[in-house]
This record gives sequence, structure tokens and C-alpha cells, in this order.
Amino acid sequence: MNPRARLWLVVLGGAGLAALLAAACLRLPRFGGGHHPYGDRAVHAALTRHTANTIASVNFDQRAFDTMGEMAILFAAVLGCVVLLRQARDEHRARPRPAEVAPPVRRYALVALPVALVTGLYVIAHGQLSPGGGFQGGVVAATAVHLMYLGADYAALERVRPVEAFEAGDALAASVYLVLGLAGVPAGTAFLANTLLPYGTFDKLSSGGTVPLLNAAIGMEVACAVVVLLARFLDQAVEIEEESGK
Amino acid sequence: MHVLPYLIAAYVFVIGCYGLATSRNLIHAVGCLAVCQCATYILLLAVGYRDGATAPVFSDIQPGSRPVVDPVVQALTLTDIVVGATVTALLLALVVQISKRHGTVDPDELRELRG
Amino acid sequence: MHHLVPLLVAVPLLAAALLVAAGRHVPRPAAEGFGCLASATTAALAIVLLLNSSPPLVEWVGGWFPRGGESVGIMLVGDGAGLGMAALASLLTLAALAYSWRYFDEPPRGHAGSFPALMLLFQGGMCGFAIAGDLFDAFVFFELMSVVAYALTGYRIDEAKAVQGALTFGVVNSLGAYAMLMGIALLYARTGELAMTRIGHGLDTAAAGGGPDALSLAGFVLVVTGLLVKAAAVPFQFWLPDAHAVAPTPVCMLLSGVMVELGVYGVWRVHGTVFSGPGGVPAADFTRALVCLGVLTAAVGAVMCWYQRHIKRLLAFSTISHTGLFLVGIGALKAEADDGTALYVLGHAGVKAALFASAGILLDRYGTVDEFHLHGRARGLRGVGFMFALGALALAGLPPFGTGLGKAVSEEAVGGPLTVLYVAVSAITGAAVLRVTARVFYGLGPRPEEREGGERDEDKTSGCDAEPETRRRLTRVPDTMRAVAALLLAGAFAAGAAPGFAGVVAHSVDEAGSWGVFSSVHWTAAGVLLDLLSTALAVGLAALAVVRPRWLAAPDRALPLRRLQSGHVGDYVAWTLLGMALLGALVAVGGQAP
Repeated sequence: MNPRARLWLVVLGGAGLAALLAAACLRLPRFGGGHHPYGDRAVHAALTRHTANTIASVNFDQRAFDTMGEMAILFAAVLGCVVLLRQARDEHRARPRPAEVAPPVRRYALVALPVALVTGLYVIAHGQLSPGGGFQGGVVAATAVHLMYLGADYAALERVRPVEAFEAGDALAASVYLVLGLAGVPAGTAFLANTLLPYGTFDKLSSGGTVPLLNAAIGMEVACAVVVLLARFLDQAVEIEEESGK
Repeated sequence: MHVLPYLIAAYVFVIGCYGLATSRNLIHAVGCLAVCQCATYILLLAVGYRDGATAPVFSDIQPGSRPVVDPVVQALTLTDIVVGATVTALLLALVVQISKRHGTVDPDELRELRG
Repeated sequence: MHHLVPLLVAVPLLAAALLVAAGRHVPRPAAEGFGCLASATTAALAIVLLLNSSPPLVEWVGGWFPRGGESVGIMLVGDGAGLGMAALASLLTLAALAYSWRYFDEPPRGHAGSFPALMLLFQGGMCGFAIAGDLFDAFVFFELMSVVAYALTGYRIDEAKAVQGALTFGVVNSLGAYAMLMGIALLYARTGELAMTRIGHGLDTAAAGGGPDALSLAGFVLVVTGLLVKAAAVPFQFWLPDAHAVAPTPVCMLLSGVMVELGVYGVWRVHGTVFSGPGGVPAADFTRALVCLGVLTAAVGAVMCWYQRHIKRLLAFSTISHTGLFLVGIGALKAEADDGTALYVLGHAGVKAALFASAGILLDRYGTVDEFHLHGRARGLRGVGFMFALGALALAGLPPFGTGLGKAVSEEAVGGPLTVLYVAVSAITGAAVLRVTARVFYGLGPRPEEREGGERDEDKTSGCDAEPETRRRLTRVPDTMRAVAALLLAGAFAAGAAPGFAGVVAHSVDEAGSWGVFSSVHWTAAGVLLDLLSTALAVGLAALAVVRPRWLAAPDRALPLRRLQSGHVGDYVAWTLLGMALLGALVAVGGQAP
């Protein structure tokens, strides 16, 4: 189809879709309205299970099955990227060249690295109490490791980041989440039931039953997954070259 | 004015679709797809908002003292973000391979798979 | 028993995680054996649950049983239809893993387990979608199966077409999924719930006798768009042939055999639980939308199927065409039509997977899937040729294959002029495959010639320069590949021929459906006659095409239709937008939209 015909098609379809969405928006409840039955129940359920961060309770207790699917998506995407960004038949690996880094950048990166790493771990650990959790903290921690690439060079990054270990860590963390879910099933409780541990004291690190454990498993999974994902893309940019030398 | 946030979500979705359909570069197209997805975040969060409410985290407020926004949509948005990031990563990996095998990332120049 | 329902998802996911964790230290046969074992365990679990699914199993994950009718957890529904789809998906995954056993292309270095792990994740995603009773949960597992499917489609990164097809697949399907999520957000705004049945109640309460408004119609259109993109309904179908032509054969077996059908199943499930009440979509509007799109899909798929010479692409278009029939079947809103469609899906899954398996054997043996180049070359593969012919006849509806029974039952339930559609579509797709069989395996008819006056762009997708998927070109066909194809055909045969099987399927589907009636399903004289008619038409058409190729060779009249399949992702997105508008118009035209 030529671009002109495509544009007409887009205008026609887009106008129809826009009209549909606009008509729907006009019938939506008022913005800021108070009718949230599921939300109110979720807050109540979180409080009865001593989880201060309701969102953590929704993610790792009430709707933990969704989070399992979400974790599987991340896991599958990482595995997919490992497969798709592998070394093709006509490619070879080149040794990455050492790179010059401006001293201020190097100093900043080396100072920021431990701070960012600790921040990430803190955000993971306090997921059931304060905003954040395994997903958010995992990304921060994984990014921290990559300050090594900015502050030094690719070879230095590869030394602090053995990809094989992170791949295994990704898979093991996913297994831990699933095994925690399965733990109660032989005893006759439901899958992913939050009944293994006491709910603890409200607003303490150990509160919420299995929520902190599942949260930690997700934190580890996300951190490892992001590291592996970035490693595959960086490999393409830095190491893998085509035979023809293009 | 009460429909404005919803209309913005609708606008972002449609404009993302427009960009996707008329894109001349696959990396840009994957970006446009992410724009479409942003519309879902906006809509979900707008749906969950409650007047005068704060975050549904009770480590620093007394339960029941203030209204809180709907925690369910926040959890859904988090899931949505993870899904979006992974899909984007996977599609970009495919674009990397397309640029190697076809030598171009312009969809107009991909001359395979017709008829 | 109901506590075991979530294990349908957890078992394959755990197995995949363990495979990846140990992937570096395990030799390839062990990794593949473990993959088969895990897949078989899940299949066995699905079958055991299926046998216990009357009355339907309901599970609240995490033990969040509703108190006073309300719950904060996720509901899983283990009824006959959902568990049946999960069992079908699991069995096909097992077949695909067995088919690829040790012969499939070298995995990435140090990742012996990556292919079986991806297949297991695919299985987990499909099972999760099949048993979801919560709309957002359905979206999550829908995305899981999509993400794995993109990666698997692009698995052979050394092929330019494979990565292009996978990207098209990814972009179009992701757009559909985001549309679905927009719809879920709209429905959540209206009802404040996520469990499908609760959303349905919420819509009915909100309508309060006034019928649906723009919001519920928009929710329906957006959610169903996502599912129809997956089901490859016209005009959302363009991604499917591009993805199927390039995906590895074991993946094609799953994509065509069950993933596309899961889209149809999703429409059926969502309509039945969410939109069938007074606040949902009126029955007449739903029927109009689905029958219109279904007829278009069936017709476009059949015409395109006939003009292909790339064998895998031909089979892909035949899948589109049959999906159109399934959409008509569920759009009819009759218990018998649902039963017939379920049987048709089962039979089609076996037949189509067997045909893809046979096409894969051709690819691995001869390095091409071009009907013209292969003319007469596969005479040596007698067994495969016989299976191909049998598969073609089954596709045309030969009794007593499951496809024949499904076709007969849905035909009878839908009735009227649509009977012609069922017969014609079965005949044309069956004839196209029969034509391939006669030329490729028996060398009948004159050798087809390239078109005079140079090649058109549309003829370039011929499959003549495809790479074998095995490490090197096969000199003899492994027994596992033949056995898998034969077993799949036998399964499709048993689905129609095994006494009592049809009754069991019908009972499960009726119990899961919302009709409250139990219909009896069996072969009827009229059904058998119509099946024989479509088979005879297929044989006649194929004979004509082989003996007098010029009479039925691609006339330029079909060229505009073929040009629409342009391989351009922007075009496909534009069609998707138009499809959403069309769907909206189809449901709104008779309704009382404000």
C-alpha cells in the first residue's frame, strides 16, 4: 500500500476509534470519584494481614498469581533476548577495547555505585512497608552495577558481572517464588496462600507473612533479569561483530 | 473538566497508533508502541484517583484517617509497566537482528513476506 | 481437587526456571527429556482435572475465598471448556517437543535448555489464559504467551524473514493487547471489579434495565479486539501468515493448532461471563459482529490459501479460514454451535499440527517448502505423503475425522446460507493441500511454471530458499517426526470416531457455557452427506488444478487481495485501527448508543 492510502486508512480507523473512546470517556464515572469497591476491600485485607504497603499486599498476597505471571513474562523476555541476541553463524566476538573515561565521571560513578546499590537493596527490603518493592528496587540495583561501565570500561563491568551467574540467579529466584507458592499445596492449602508464616507486627520489617519473601524473590529476579538483558544488548553493541567487518 | 484525564489517555493511545502506522523507522515504531502503552497507565491511574486522597501506604498515616487512592489499579499499572518494558526489550532485540539481516530499519524497504 | 488447578501454570513455569538454572551443566538430551517430562506431567494433570470437572472446579488463588460474595483474590475456573483448552495446549506442546527431539537446530552455546524452556513457558501461558476467571489475570497470561511466541518465532535469527515476521507479529499483537488493557481499565472504572462474573454483574446493575451504553460497548470492542488480533480475524489477520511462514515448525504446530484458537476461546469466555447480560452486548449485535467478521475471515483465508505456493504459508491461510468458521460458530450463540465449534477446534488442532509437522519434514529434507520447486521430488517419502493426503481430506471434512464431525454439527446448528460457507471453505482449503500433495509427493500433472513476464513481488514469498531447521539437511526422516505426525492425525481421527467422545465434549462445553441446556451431539445423515460433498469438491478442485493448472492458476482478479498482504507493519497497524472502528460500528449499529 502506498503511504497515501495508508494515511487515509489510519485517518478513517483512527477517527472511528477516537469517537468510540471519547464516547466512552464521557460515560465514565467522575474523575476523583469515591466508588472503588475492590480497592476498599484490598485496603481492608492488607490491614488484616499487617501489611503497611497495600500495593505490596495486592502484588504479593491478594493477586500474587498475577505477579507470578508477570515474573514469568520478564523471565521469558530475558530468555527470549538471550536467544535472539546470540552470536549468529556469521559473527564473531571481538575483545572490547579499553576506554578513556574523564576523571570526574570516574569519580562520580565510583562514589554513586555503592550508594545506588544500597538504595536498591533498601527499596527491595522495605517493599512491604513503604513505596517501592522488588520490581522497583531490583531495577535500581541492576542499574547501579552498570555505573561500572560508565566509570571504568566494558572489561571492568564484565569482571563485576559474570552473566552466567546472573542468568542462574534469575532462574533460581523465579524457582523460589514458585516453590514458595507450592509449599502449602501438599498440606492442603491453596497455591500461593499466605499462611506459612505469622503476620508479625504491623509496620515492622518482618510483617505480612510471606509477602517479604515473595518480594525478595522478585527483587532478585528483576535485578538479575535486568543485568542479563542489558548484558545482551551491550554485547551486541560492544563485542559481537559481523565477519565481513561491516 | 472531569473527563479531561480520560480524554488525555484516549488521545495518547490514538496518537501512538498514528505514529506506529506512519513510522519510517522500526526503532521509532517500537517507541510509538510504548506510547500506546502509556495511555493504559494514564487511564488506569486516572480511574483509581479519589479526590484529596494519598498513597495507599500506611507506614506513616493512621488507617482511616485520610482517603487513599485505589491500590488495585496501582498494582495493575506496575504489572503493566513490567510487561511494557519486557515487550519493548524483546522487540528491540528483533530490530537489532533486522538491521543486521536486512541492512535497514525502514519498514518501507523490507521487501519480504508479500502476498 | 480444585487446589490443583493453579499447578497447570506453576508446573511448566517451575520446570522452565529449573531448566534455565541448570542449562549450562546439562547435556542436550537430558534437558529435552526433562522438558518433555514436565510437559507430559502438566498434560496428565490437565486431563485428570478435566475428568473431575463436572461440576466445574473453581479455585481462589491464595485461599481468598469470597466472604459475602466478595473476594480480593484471583478466580480460576476449571470447567470443561477451560481445562479442555489447557489439555489441548499441553498435549500439543508435548507433541511439538517430541517432534523437535534432538533434531532441531543447535541451541545457543551453553543454553541447551533454552528451546524446551521457552516451549514450557508457552505452555504455562496458554494454560493460564485458558483457566483465567479474572479479566486482568487473563491479560497477564495472554501477554505471557504472546511474549514467548515472539521470541520463538524469531528463534532462527540467521534468517532475514524470520526476524521480520517475528517483529510484525510482536507489534500487531502487542497493540491488540494494549487495546485489551484499555478495555479492562474502562470496565474497571464502570464496575470497580476484575473477576469476569463480577464485571458482568456490575454492568447489568449499572445498566439497570436501560441496556448498554457507549462505555460498555467500548469496553467490549477494545477487549475483543485484543482477542481477535490473536484469533487472526479479518482485518486483524495480516500478522499470522508472516509469522507462520517463518516460525520453526514445532512452534507453528502450537501457533496454528492452539494459540489462534485460544483467541476464539477468549471471545467466547469473555462474552459468556461479562457481556451476555442486559448490561453487556445485545445478542443480535454480538451475532452480527462475529458472523460478519467470521464470514469475511473464512472467505479471505480460503482465497489467499488457494494462491500460495509456500506450503507453510498456505497452511497458515487455511488456519485463518478455519478460524473464520469458528468465529461464526460461537457468534451463532447456540449451544449446539458451541459444541460443534469445540469439536472442530479439537479436530483442526490435530490435523493442522500434523500437516505442519509433515511440511517441516519436507523443509528439513529438501531445504525448500516451495510447491513448484518440490514438484515430484518427494516421491520417496511415501508415509509422509500419505499423511499429507489424509490431512488434506480431513481438512476438507472427511468423516469420521473430528474436523468432519465438528463441521457437521456446527453447520447444522448455524444452518441457512452459512452452510454453503462451511462447505466451500472446507473444500477450498482441503483442495489446496491436496493439490500440494499430488504435485509434491506424487509428481502428478505438468511441472508448474514460473509466471511468464518475470516475477511479481507477490510471488517472491515462495519458500524456495528456506534453510532446514535441523543442523544439516536430513537424509532420512527421524522416526520421532513421523510418529508425532501420525499420532496427531490419529488423535484428530479419534475425536470424531471414538464413540461417546463427542457427547463428553458437548456435555463439558454446555456445562461451562451459559445456555443451561444440554444438547446431544452425534453424526447425522445430513452432516455426513455434506461432509462427503465438501470432500468430493476438494478432490475435484485439486484434480482440476493439477491436471489443468492454467484454468485455476492465479488470475489477476485475486491480485488486489494479495497486494494487501504487503509485509509492511504500518499497513497492518492501519488495518487494525480500521478493524476496531469496524467492530465498533458493527455492534453499535443496532444498539441504542447514546
